[in-house]
Amino acid sequence: MKKVKNKTTQNNMINYGIVILLFVIVQVLSSTGNLSRLLTGLLVPICVYTIAAVSLNLVVGFSGELSLGHAGFMCVGAFSSALFSHAMSDIPQIPRFILAILVGAAVAAVFGLIIGIPVLRLRGDYLAIVTLAFGEIIKNLINVLYIGVDDHGLHVATSSAGLHLEAGGKQILKGALGISGTGALYKDIKSSFFIIGVILLLITLFIVQNLVHSRSGRAIMSTRDNRIAAESVGINITKYKLLAFTISAALAGVAGVLYAHNLSLLKVSVFDYNMSILVLVYVVLGGIGNIRGSIIATIILYALPELLRGFANYRMLIYAIVLIAMMLFNWAPAARNWRARVMEKVRGSKNKREVA
Amino acid sequence: MSFISYLKDGISLGSIYAIIALGYTMVYGIAKMLNFAHGDVIMVGAYVILTCITRGGMSPVLAVILSVVVCTVLGVVIEKVAYSPLRKASSNLAVLITAIGVSYLLQNLALLIFGADAKSFVSVVKVPSVSLFGGQLMIKGITIVTILACIVIMVGLSFFVKKTKPGRAMQAVSEDRDAAQLMGVNVNATISLTFAIGSGLAAIAGLLLCQTYPTLTPYTGAMPGIKAFVAAVFGGIGSIPGAMVGGILLGILEIFGKAYISSQVADAIVFAVLIVVLLVKPTGLFGKNIQEKV
Repeated sequence: MKKVKNKTTQNNMINYGIVILLFVIVQVLSSTGNLSRLLTGLLVPICVYTIAAVSLNLVVGFSGELSLGHAGFMCVGAFSSALFSHAMSDIPQIPRFILAILVGAAVAAVFGLIIGIPVLRLRGDYLAIVTLAFGEIIKNLINVLYIGVDDHGLHVATSSAGLHLEAGGKQILKGALGISGTGALYKDIKSSFFIIGVILLLITLFIVQNLVHSRSGRAIMSTRDNRIAAESVGINITKYKLLAFTISAALAGVAGVLYAHNLSLLKVSVFDYNMSILVLVYVVLGGIGNIRGSIIATIILYALPELLRGFANYRMLIYAIVLIAMMLFNWAPAARNWRARVMEKVRGSKNKREVA
Repeated sequence: MSFISYLKDGISLGSIYAIIALGYTMVYGIAKMLNFAHGDVIMVGAYVILTCITRGGMSPVLAVILSVVVCTVLGVVIEKVAYSPLRKASSNLAVLITAIGVSYLLQNLALLIFGADAKSFVSVVKVPSVSLFGGQLMIKGITIVTILACIVIMVGLSFFVKKTKPGRAMQAVSEDRDAAQLMGVNVNATISLTFAIGSGLAAIAGLLLCQTYPTLTPYTGAMPGIKAFVAAVFGGIGSIPGAMVGGILLGILEIFGKAYISSQVADAIVFAVLIVVLLVKPTGLFGKNIQEKV
């Protein structure tokens, strides 16, 4: 038993090690001037998507439910934290950013809870479609929302004229035009967003890995593997599925916070269905239920198409084909049997050679 | 009078949703999977019609028939290549993600072949408008055709499922796949047939959709597809009359939402309905409550 535990810890440590090693490599490259501007621009988004992929893996890989609204939770986290940053612009930058992260995570978690409670009681594919619906609802609502601030506090309306701002007040959220200038609020720490992103990624890894290997984590995985058996030994299925879903939503919110503050203009239209699918592709290609896979797949798949611009037209097409092929190869009983046979042959010939 | 006019628009839109929802509900009832690519088959069907008429110079009737054939074949091929190897997979998630992959594949293929710009659709159904109440209420020809098509399809499909041998085989497979197999029902053929019918209907839905809203992009099918799934859940998944009633109610709701509340949040209202239905009556209006056996 002790050995098993050591192996788990070792595995976790390797994941932290990979992230820290990559960070050090990037820092060395950037300090010696070997990092192109394009690549530097990709660093923070890579952190964003890695956090999103690791958190989605918690739902897809460990609780066995499909969420298609991950972009929706990122959206909620992004907009709530950007609003906070604008509204509370008199707090010093570092505590304000920490608070903004907490606000984004908390709001996303609340939405996760609201969405999860009705849906996770049901079985089947309902979670997929409801999370998809949630993403669309959020996008639609923020599209018509106008928020401004003046001496009397926050004003919320559904049109620019409806805000009735006093002289000196400013509009923060302008409907479909989104929120602009969030990054400019953090002039002093903007250059260290990559370090903050890496720290957030490490915290995400810490939360997810420790959850997965805890008693609750084993309960979550048991609801995935056999719902009825889990229920019969007294595991509250809804509770554990909800736990995984809410934590995943909160971490997606954190990814959204980082995303929002890295941009000069935050529009709601980027958080669409395609973004959710993109994160899902990272999770599936990295291996469902494999956290290290999610990290590596995200970094490679995010950086590659950006670096090979000519390839961009075919990127989505290739993603789709790879997605289907991976699922068939990994999950079809025929493919699994074939793989087992091949593995046996490989092992068999090795054994023979050893005997000889 | 505007109320009746909106109601008419709602029923017309709802009829299209109902036809799409039939495809969803049959596949869900029989193959027990959510076919995410169903909405994109609609888009493929519409592109086939448009290409045949504008490039190939075919007559509209021939183009529609060809589109139905292409979609039927496409549906069967998708099922054979992508879904059937996963039918006995240990995880439900596998086939769901594959379906998303297929949906994504169709969208991006269309994007590469036809481009991202919206194409305006040709008018295929040429039925004169009807004017009622001394010209106060105009009903477009396409509205009448859509509603009639929906009724014909619904009645025909009910008859097919209840009275014919392949239809009864479908019922048997949806009830208990293993028992049906033991009774000599060809399960694989029945599931293929279901996909064929559903995809053929999708081609017709594509035609009607693009006649009512005459623009076509690679993403045209995605949103109506998802809304039709909401309609299928609303009516009770697996039920043919449920898909019809759910579709029409959802269509009316959407048009009323657009007309009386705000055109920008109409979609949000439709999706909110889904969440409320799942909260209050997860089996839908006509759904059966199935107990899970160990």
